Amino acid sequence: MFGVTEREDTVKYLCLIYDDESKWGTMPQAEAEAMMGEYFAFTEGIKKSGHYLGGEALKPTQTASTVRVRSGKISTTDGPFAETKEQLGGYYLIDAKDLNDAIQVAAKIPSARIGSVEVRPIQSFD
Amino acid sequence: MIDRTGETRADIDAIYRVESRRVLATLIRLLGDFDAAEEALHDAFMAALDRWPAEGIPDNPRAWLVSTGRFKAIDRLRRRARFDAWSDAIADRLEAAPASTADAETGGEDAVEDDRLRLIFTCCHPALTPDARIALTLREVCGLETEQIARAFLVPAPTLAQRIVRAKGKIRDAKIPYQVPSRDELPDRLDAVLHVIYLVFNEGYSATSGDSVVRVDLAGEAIRLGRLLVELLPEPEAIGLLALMLLHDARRAARTSASGELVLLDEQDRSLWNVEQIHEGAALVERALHSRRFGPYTLQAAIAAVHAEAPTAAATNWRHIVALYDVLMRVEPTPVVELNRAAAVAMRDGPEAGLLLIDAILARGDLADYHLAHSARADLCRRLGRTADALASYERALALTAQGPERRFLERRIATLQDQKLSPRSKKEGT
Repeated sequence: MFGVTEREDTVKYLCLIYDDESKWGTMPQAEAEAMMGEYFAFTEGIKKSGHYLGGEALKPTQTASTVRVRSGKISTTDGPFAETKEQLGGYYLIDAKDLNDAIQVAAKIPSARIGSVEVRPIQSFD
Repeated sequence: MIDRTGETRADIDAIYRVESRRVLATLIRLLGDFDAAEEALHDAFMAALDRWPAEGIPDNPRAWLVSTGRFKAIDRLRRRARFDAWSDAIADRLEAAPASTADAETGGEDAVEDDRLRLIFTCCHPALTPDARIALTLREVCGLETEQIARAFLVPAPTLAQRIVRAKGKIRDAKIPYQVPSRDELPDRLDAVLHVIYLVFNEGYSATSGDSVVRVDLAGEAIRLGRLLVELLPEPEAIGLLALMLLHDARRAARTSASGELVLLDEQDRSLWNVEQIHEGAALVERALHSRRFGPYTLQAAIAAVHAEAPTAAATNWRHIVALYDVLMRVEPTPVVELNRAAAVAMRDGPEAGLLLIDAILARGDLADYHLAHSARADLCRRLGRTADALASYERALALTAQGPERRFLERRIATLQDQKLSPRSKKEGT
């Protein structure tokens, strides 16, 4: 619902950052440093604006393991859940007024320019 | 005593037609939910049917409907509250709605118009799929029934209903706000709205498949939407889009023959064109061009205006049209624009020049599956007397389109060319 009934409420959104992780390896060092600088500034910015709840970068997908339990038996496989052209590389958990507000924040994530950011509202069970 | 029931009934119907979308737009804001607002709208009109014949029509029917709808919604929540405490809490908050809400309820023309704009921008939010935006806009802004929309787009009604339910679900769950975008968001968001209107118009103007007899007038709905948008938000590209639709639609009566066959622009009976609509469209083009902030819709409208203002096909100012396409190519360098430019170049410099450009587009692989590219190529080959090439391209075009009149047009062209192949003396057509 929007409007009167949730006027004061904010919504938590998870911004999942997808980009081609191989680009980070081939990027000239100066460019990678500039990108890191932008991330640092972005994070500071959303801390000041009150949007920031959390956020981390992830190690590359070659470090990933995927776990399933079937018939009580754990099976572990090497690699991410799905092989894709762009990989999940990090996330921010933010607090936003509504989807438009969240989109404005997501658009400022530096990787949005080279990859994509998926914005998902957090489900609350209360 | 005179029985005024029938008269009032007709008045209520008229009020429904004029006010129901406005009342709905405001109720959505007040209640914060599409479905609750639709129920409330329905309840409010039921109450009007019940009370107005005896009590008379109130001075401000819109305000009466909004406040009655809101009370009915609170009632529903109270009744539901016997089963769940959450509904009760919402009802409390609705009843204690702030003063600004009450202002908008009773008067404030601006506030009401803002609600209509909020509704448009919410229905056309880019976070919804294009299909859902179209369905939601036609349902909520235009007030079409789900079945009518389904029939217009040739999809099963349950599929369309599902699309609307999903879109409303996303609006609620992802919290898409009910608001007009801020200045810096406006250009992108307006594009999304214009695109929806344009798609609706195109669907009505050239139905993608089948015959169009039983379908609602989507082109007319799109024009109404365009007018509403220009009235609420007179941005240059909104004006340009309205102009484009009016100019294309002005030729509607001449586009098909009495037997329902397609008639191309150069063969149309120009006396059938809607002159008033052409004047209105041309004036809007001027207005949009003067803003100096125009874009692709305005440029396409300007091209349509040059066509519309030519007294005969032969008198068309192709130089001007090619020049407009050159500008359009700079703002919107797409293969379709390039194809249209090539067709205009063929008219200015001869078929050979146009064919060269079209072959270059097709050689790149762009538009290989676009039937109009092949029929344009076929037409130029035909004019150059290259009958075999023309036939091959018409056949290719025919294989790529499912639309009835379009297919019959291509079949006629193919039949004519085959006749000519048999009697080679009449090879060059005297067009």
